[in-house]
Amino acid sequence: MDEVRLIEVKEGILADNKKTAEALKQSLKSKKVFMVNLMASPGSGKTSLILKTIEALRKDLTIGVIEADLDSKVDSEKIAAQGIKAVQLKTGGFCHVDATMVAKGLDAMNPDGFDLIFIENVGNLVCPAEVDTGAALDAVILSVPEGDDKPLKYPVIFAAVDVLVVNKMDFMELCDFNLEAMKERVRALNPGIAIFEVSSRTGQGVEEWSNWLKNKVREYQA
Amino acid sequence: MHELPVIESILKVSLSHGAKNNVQKIMAIHLQVGELSDLEDEWMQRYFDHLSKDSIAAGAVLKIERMPVVMNCEDCRESFQVDIKNVKDIVCPLCQGKNNKLISGREYFIKSMEVL
Repeated sequence: MDEVRLIEVKEGILADNKKTAEALKQSLKSKKVFMVNLMASPGSGKTSLILKTIEALRKDLTIGVIEADLDSKVDSEKIAAQGIKAVQLKTGGFCHVDATMVAKGLDAMNPDGFDLIFIENVGNLVCPAEVDTGAALDAVILSVPEGDDKPLKYPVIFAAVDVLVVNKMDFMELCDFNLEAMKERVRALNPGIAIFEVSSRTGQGVEEWSNWLKNKVREYQA
Repeated sequence: MHELPVIESILKVSLSHGAKNNVQKIMAIHLQVGELSDLEDEWMQRYFDHLSKDSIAAGAVLKIERMPVVMNCEDCRESFQVDIKNVKDIVCPLCQGKNNKLISGREYFIKSMEVL
């Protein structure tokens, strides 16, 4: 009878993705294209925030969007209707985008000449946080109706991002949402995080968030 | 849904090492999984059984070791383990600093395989 032997593997599953993501980062840096990975739950307002941000910044920056969805074009059609270049990635049931998928989207877009490219990740607070997309900035939206306990339930994503946008601030009166407690929870996980309070519907806070983002793009390009 | 791509990647890595080492059958795979992973052992095994059924890894047992969440203090450079369920106060045990960075706890690492 054959003997069972032990072979060493010593390989992480995200190693390949990490390499692809690093290569993307370098390539985008050399082209001075700032890429933002925007993550959030379904219905938190990712597309609306992107549209509002485009409205605020389109006179200063050339902006493109890579839309990731399981299997639809609803969001990319909304973006394209504004005259903004949008590329649709269908993830075919995968719950997040990885660096290889983003690379395909960038090929379809031809990033030369863009200042800012958003990746609208699949609506999900779980696994997008674990996968490097090659973006220069990782952002998460938490909308008020979702509740202030989300950083407790999905700590990984709140620990991993550079910026949190609290969206649907106009819902605050209707919800038992403790903004200060939520911020405290997030900062315990991620002390350096930037936090913005906005409402894409009323426009509250959009200017502040957009200006901050524009400065990030300019710093990166300098 | 996250199980699918994760387990697919684990299988891919295992099979490529199996091919390199002239393996006839993979009996067990020793995995190190960070405590921040929300994948349950039972479901990882079920997805694995489904995806591996026509390969040399069919029937292999996933032996999963959970790895602690480790953070590093940006102020005094001390590394320490964190009970991640207790998110209220992540402070450095040495200098009480709150400026801490995640070092590990999110990994899926294939350590070794038992093979024929």
